[in-house]
Amino acid sequence: MIIDRRNFVRVAGLGALGAAAAPASTLLAEPAASRAKTASAKPLTAKRWAMVVDTRKATEENVRAAIDACHREHNVPDLHGTKDEIKWIWAESFEHAFHEQDLHYIPSAMKQAPTLLLCNHCDDPPCTQVCPTGATFKRERDGIVMMDWHRCIGCRYCIVACPYGSRSFNFRDPRAHIAEIDPEYPTRMRGVVEKCTFCEERLARGREPACVEATKASGMMVFGDLEDPDSEVSRAVRAHFCIRRKPGLGTQPEVYYIVPEVKTRDRPQFPPFEP
Amino acid sequence: MIEHALHGDRRYWSWIVILLAIIGAGTVAWFRQFQLGLTVTGLSRDVSWGFYIAQFTFLVGVAASAVMVVLPYYLHDYKQFGRLTVLGEFLAIAACVMCAAFIFVDMGMPIRLMNMFIYASPHSIMFWDTVVLLGYLLLNIVISRVTFSAEKKGVPPPSWIKPVIIISIPWAISIHTVTAFLYSGLAARPFWLSAIIAPRFLASAFSSGPALLILLVLLLRKVGMFDAGRRAIRGLATIVMYALAINVFFILMELFTAIYSGEPEHLAHFRFLYFGLDGNTTMVPWMWISSLLAVVSLVLLFNPNTRNNYRWLAWASAFVFVSIWIDKGLGMVVTGFTPSVLGEVVPYSPTVNELVISLGIYGIGALLITVLYKVALSIRALMAE
Repeated sequence: MIIDRRNFVRVAGLGALGAAAAPASTLLAEPAASRAKTASAKPLTAKRWAMVVDTRKATEENVRAAIDACHREHNVPDLHGTKDEIKWIWAESFEHAFHEQDLHYIPSAMKQAPTLLLCNHCDDPPCTQVCPTGATFKRERDGIVMMDWHRCIGCRYCIVACPYGSRSFNFRDPRAHIAEIDPEYPTRMRGVVEKCTFCEERLARGREPACVEATKASGMMVFGDLEDPDSEVSRAVRAHFCIRRKPGLGTQPEVYYIVPEVKTRDRPQFPPFEP
Repeated sequence: MIEHALHGDRRYWSWIVILLAIIGAGTVAWFRQFQLGLTVTGLSRDVSWGFYIAQFTFLVGVAASAVMVVLPYYLHDYKQFGRLTVLGEFLAIAACVMCAAFIFVDMGMPIRLMNMFIYASPHSIMFWDTVVLLGYLLLNIVISRVTFSAEKKGVPPPSWIKPVIIISIPWAISIHTVTAFLYSGLAARPFWLSAIIAPRFLASAFSSGPALLILLVLLLRKVGMFDAGRRAIRGLATIVMYALAINVFFILMELFTAIYSGEPEHLAHFRFLYFGLDGNTTMVPWMWISSLLAVVSLVLLFNPNTRNNYRWLAWASAFVFVSIWIDKGLGMVVTGFTPSVLGEVVPYSPTVNELVISLGIYGIGALLITVLYKVALSIRALMAE
């Protein structure tokens, strides 16, 4: 048998199970809360994960909640305002997020509306194409663009190739800038690239992405399988006029934005179109 | 052979000591970067490649330019370049080593260097760039060694080296083409998304590389070590002249497409280069100096009176070299990030630490050229006696 990483983990895991069988009492003694976090619920699976962001519901409060939940849970260092900043999910003004649209005449409130940006988990991602080591790759079974922080050599070619600015590089040791390290998630070291992973670690435990969960009440973010016509995202993209960032580049982003609608009374009435 | 590098006059040794001091300073600066991370550079989330990668790009051109003495000699039997080919190849070796060093210092995780080979990924242009550059380095080491050993023994080089030399000619073209593909295959960066990047890289390489060779040859002549001969130098000058003319032509073509189409995303980068964008005018003086130097050197090179005068030729060659260094070593890379993918202008300038590391790498290149040229020319001097 060839010992690759997966087999090694499998064998080591079996050994650990045997060892764990003896002090079962200590395991049971763990606080219920922490057990619940690691408990293996049925994983969430999909053929193509996608997200819909409803910009109409993007209040300052909701946006902050999404960012904070993500950055806290993923041990993202707080280097805000420095050139070394790390961002997995962040807000830009609508005008800025869609700057290529040249939005001259939309109301200024709409221009300034906070718009959440994150990795688009493109169907045809340029970042994985340029990676010289396969440290970033597309998981074919569900379309998530993944990162292997143990393989990344820090050449930053993926950052250069990404049209969305979704990737960050650890210019310095991030651990010194994390307020409280969450032991449930790995920290990174200086010299590697990181980004949003659609919370693949949560999906594996049957939970929705942290940003979605944190803003669940508002319905600002919808997450699900776009290949499933009955999923909430499929219904959302059908029901609303959605736009994607830089669609002209052919990357096929999987994050969709519901744009604010013009009020019905302002909408011009057209006669039915007869070809 | 190497013993010839250990005998030299006072001037030679002081030059070596200066270079070693520069390399030492660069090494110290690199250890600092290794300890603290790339935070010690001016690079950021938005401008993620800068001075290092720009120097790499420029030096790939210098490496490729060796073909401009190899090709006329081996394909057209242009005898005047017979004694220059090995100097061109040594220059290529030094340039390749500097290229590798600039890539190495740009890596966030240099200890994982071998992942490039362990997890070789042919879908990445970086993989192919590594292959062609290492291959080109190897070709030049083998060719220069074999041909020079034969020259030393006074015998013709073995016949098997001829096909290797012939292969090295398209290979030289390939290194700069593939380096251009690193940039011109990215839909995210309108400034680089242009089919003329590769031809432009080659034209600028074939003017700046031979210009450097002219300067080196004139320097060797001045210190009395080696005279390449009037006709060989004229040949080089002609190459620089046409390559530069073609390069300027390519730049104008690039400008035409950007300006006449008026396509905003494309135009913004050129506006940043020549006029500044959102109040950021970092590149503006540099680019106008580069343009001015290109025009002045074109005039000096096309005028036979100045081209055939060593003093004027030296000036023209220096102007060409500086002009193209500004274009590729400063403008080319950073402008791709300005404006950023979000349309923002994020300022970048290299830090002192970054510059000291870069200087150290140029020191390594200069040391290699010095030692290799010293060995070759000392042996030639001995043979002449």
